[in-house]
Amino acid sequence: MTSTTTRKLARSGQHSYWWYLVPMILGTLAIVLVPFAMNVWTSLFQWKGGLSPMRWYGLGNYADLLGDAQFWLAFKNSVFMILGIVVVPTLIGLLLAAVLFDYLGREFGPRVAATLRALYYLPQILPIAVAGFIWSWVLATQGGLLNSVIGAVGGTSPPDWLGNPDIAIYAVMLVLVWLQIGYPVVIFMAALQRVDPELYEAAALDGAGWGRRFTAITVPQIRPEIFVVVITATVGALKVFAPILILTGGGPEGSTVVPSYYSYRNFFELSKVGYGSAIATVMAVVIFAIAGVLLWLQRRDTEGGNA
Amino acid sequence: MSALLSDTTTRPELGTEAAPPSRTPHRRGRRGVARWVVLALAAGFALLMLAPLLLLVLNAFKTGADYSANGPLTLPESFSIEAFQQYLAIVDYPRALVNSIVISGLVAVLGTALALVTAYGIGIGRVRGRGWMLAIFLLATMLPQEALIYPLFYGAQATGLFNTIWSVVIVFTVLQAAFGTYLLSSVMATIPPSLLEAAALDGAGRLRILTTVVFPVLRPTLSVLVVFFFVWTWNEFYIPLVLLSDQSAQTIPIALATLQGQNSIDLTALNAGSLLSLLPTLIFFLIFQRTLSRGVTAGAVK
Repeated sequence: MTSTTTRKLARSGQHSYWWYLVPMILGTLAIVLVPFAMNVWTSLFQWKGGLSPMRWYGLGNYADLLGDAQFWLAFKNSVFMILGIVVVPTLIGLLLAAVLFDYLGREFGPRVAATLRALYYLPQILPIAVAGFIWSWVLATQGGLLNSVIGAVGGTSPPDWLGNPDIAIYAVMLVLVWLQIGYPVVIFMAALQRVDPELYEAAALDGAGWGRRFTAITVPQIRPEIFVVVITATVGALKVFAPILILTGGGPEGSTVVPSYYSYRNFFELSKVGYGSAIATVMAVVIFAIAGVLLWLQRRDTEGGNA
Repeated sequence: MSALLSDTTTRPELGTEAAPPSRTPHRRGRRGVARWVVLALAAGFALLMLAPLLLLVLNAFKTGADYSANGPLTLPESFSIEAFQQYLAIVDYPRALVNSIVISGLVAVLGTALALVTAYGIGIGRVRGRGWMLAIFLLATMLPQEALIYPLFYGAQATGLFNTIWSVVIVFTVLQAAFGTYLLSSVMATIPPSLLEAAALDGAGRLRILTTVVFPVLRPTLSVLVVFFFVWTWNEFYIPLVLLSDQSAQTIPIALATLQGQNSIDLTALNAGSLLSLLPTLIFFLIFQRTLSRGVTAGAVK
């Protein structure tokens, strides 16, 4: 990677290269590191925000979180977010990508596959606020699109998708799957172009059907990309905010509250800034920990694969 | 690596093998049906996904009375732009459009430039402590915005940037550049050292090497970053929602979202607003479709 000259360049005047880093270091300090440190500091106080006094509370906010049912429910709902953003779209995405690349692309030509891919990807580019808005119309009880369809095909008493605490979280998951699906499709289709076509030809000659080729060649060959999708989507799932704010506002009866929304609510609606900061801090720690584990698994997988 | 999602790569010999259906009529015939079934399923799934958007368009051109009388599934009684007029009367759409373009455009250019300069120091300059810095940038991309928002909120108020587009521009320039630096640092490592050596032997200084050697080589990756930073910033929700409460500074998605839960507005007007709000992204998508799908993959290879 390093030739002698670049190394020499680097050694001869490392100091002057520092100048290139100064703007970003200042920016990261001002926008990321100092605010994050302040957030952690604030989480040690009881504070209503603004000019009101900050009362030292130590780790009290964190202790309160342990006994807060809403907080635990929020993290339980994060599991649903992971199902809706990571598990379901990755599985469907694998299938769609393989069908598009390995079957339709071959039978009908690459244009057909590319067009379908673009259509699946479309929800990914919509502003999340706009997508949420559209879906709150689709799922509305009165005059909503989905219930109108159910009514048109003769269904009676259609469900209150976002108003029933038992099903609201599943309605949210449906929206998340819709939003997310294009991402794995695009990445997996690109990954498949890397796979040696001879593998497929050999398998076909051996009489392996499409399903067998899918499990024996497609999935193992694009493992690195599956890892990337799982890692980025998991981090995204733990941070879900806008769909909840727009679709349900955490309701009904707090059934769809997620950590980010719960901290937002404490910050800006309940004026419990210290408590909100504690939630945000826990979120950051959880995300770093889970991402760390996934990145470690990814690394182990890559090393094992090369050996 | 696998970044190119070109349309031409899936044309192997196998495709031509499947083309003439006459060779073994029986088997081909059955397979001929199967392939159409698979195509119909894949297209049907796409149609199902697009259905909300298509019906959105349909209902945006209805009057409020038409909608409440006939519901969302019928064709408009008459082609009406009443809903658009109603939305435009509530929301200063042109202003929001300008805000979105200025914010996203500035962040795209400044964020990419900042990432390029920083990655140059790390990837080519190989400064000491670069591993730590990259780790911090990676953490910054994963950090939930909730853990920054309250201090940023106060910081923006203290500096007088609250409710101005500049607060959002500064925040996202840094956040996008953190990702960009992470990506570009590894791309810099692929630049052939001989190129840099030749320039150095010609007496070019560091800044000249950056502008005349590194920049042109990285141009394709940088253009992907510009397009992506633009779209990401355009679609951002949480930080703009908190920092831009004043209508004069709001972006397109935020202007729409503030209407959430206001029952006094006709559903058709909200549909028209949603349509107007997704139109710029749609146009952008159609123009940059190839760059976008290439960029998704570039991000994946990181």
